[in-house]
Amino acid sequence: MDWQWDFTFEVVLPRLWEAAGVTVYATVMSFLFALLGGLILMLLKTSRFRLVSFVAGEVIEFIRATPLLVQIFFLFFVLPQFGILLPPLTTGILAISIYNSALTAEVYRAGLQSVPRGQWEAAKALNIPTHRVYQRIIIPQSLPPIIPALGNYLVAIFKETPLLSFVAVGEIMHASKLIGSQYYRFTEAVTIAGIFFLVLSLISAVGIRAVERYVNKRILH
Amino acid sequence: MTVRIAAIAALTAFLVGLAVATFSELRVFLPALLRGAVVTIKISVLSAFLFWAMAFVTGIGRLSKIRPIRWTCAVYIEVFRGTSLLVILFWFFFVLPEFGVLLSATAAAVLGVGLNFGAYGAEVVRGAVAAVPQGQREAAVALNIPKHRYMLRVIIPQAIPVTIPGLSNLTIEMIKATALVSAVTLVDITFASVQQNQIHYRTLDIFLVTLMLYYCFAQFVRFGGAMLEERMTRHLGKVH
Repeated sequence: MDWQWDFTFEVVLPRLWEAAGVTVYATVMSFLFALLGGLILMLLKTSRFRLVSFVAGEVIEFIRATPLLVQIFFLFFVLPQFGILLPPLTTGILAISIYNSALTAEVYRAGLQSVPRGQWEAAKALNIPTHRVYQRIIIPQSLPPIIPALGNYLVAIFKETPLLSFVAVGEIMHASKLIGSQYYRFTEAVTIAGIFFLVLSLISAVGIRAVERYVNKRILH
Repeated sequence: MTVRIAAIAALTAFLVGLAVATFSELRVFLPALLRGAVVTIKISVLSAFLFWAMAFVTGIGRLSKIRPIRWTCAVYIEVFRGTSLLVILFWFFFVLPEFGVLLSATAAAVLGVGLNFGAYGAEVVRGAVAAVPQGQREAAVALNIPKHRYMLRVIIPQAIPVTIPGLSNLTIEMIKATALVSAVTLVDITFASVQQNQIHYRTLDIFLVTLMLYYCFAQFVRFGGAMLEERMTRHLGKVH
């Protein structure tokens, strides 16, 4: 083993630092779109129309049962055939958001269902209008189970972004692959990339726990 | 009920796949995809065994009274849950040789996927062991059953059925994760479909077949998991 510190500091770190921006951007955008997409899928799945809820349920099942990498390739190669030309980064963000929408949809649904039925009955007995029931009673109570789960998906999305390197998005894994094949030295680049993911995952785990505590304290009590 | 739905879904997906494959001109690229499917299945089965073993060993080790064991398991779980699978695969294949450990592509893929999912599975096992009621422990103490026997004969048998839904979900996740093994030069379904796409330019057909195949695999695992769970909880007389 020969680890070269000069190489690490002069070549690897600056280039990975640039690429880290792309990773963070892709993570944040995908997470925001996944939050929104999950909400839409959840509303469709709990729709009163049988057909709509059935189709939404099957779509969610199909998205969950197929690999994200194949979905990324699918969008990357198939969208241009329909005349939709998007930059790789946008296609990648789209694929990650769609995939995670199917997962967050289940989180929302489970959260709303975890509120006891008695709360609905009490609200009805007190004659509170439906939108107020959601706003003041149901949603605040469904947040404690939802927020940690969504936080976990933020970390999961972060760890899924290296897949974008397969379609030549210049994120951190792509940068370290490039460094590896350019200098034929994989050790430093890949190890630093691994440490980067580990450190940021651990930091966000601490962050999620803090948010969880805050939600339990402020919203519930 | 779930079993029946899963069985029907698996069968339909398989039949539709077969019909599509037979009645159209997919014959050009199908053999290559099926060869890829064999690789995917091989990697999936091997890493599944490693994943289940690691899940049980480290999940139970995490609850051990002996500090070094508990800490080793905790470090393993945090490291493999905290890093990206793709980075781990790369590391095993390209960096370990630097330390004198030469792994074949298959070994690197199986180790990477198995160890990564083992860490997730450990949390499922830990939750299941913790879910065994405290009274069982007290009863074992009252009956003067030795510690290791009570773990093996009382706690773990009751924890296993609880782990099945979680582990079967993770197994589906794991099969999907094997799509990454092309990073270490293996030609699995995903990589085969990219190759075939570059040769034949029949993007939509190729990727639809690929998605279908993965969907089939997932349904088989779902079906198997549901069946296993039903079998293991049958004697409890629960109505599902």
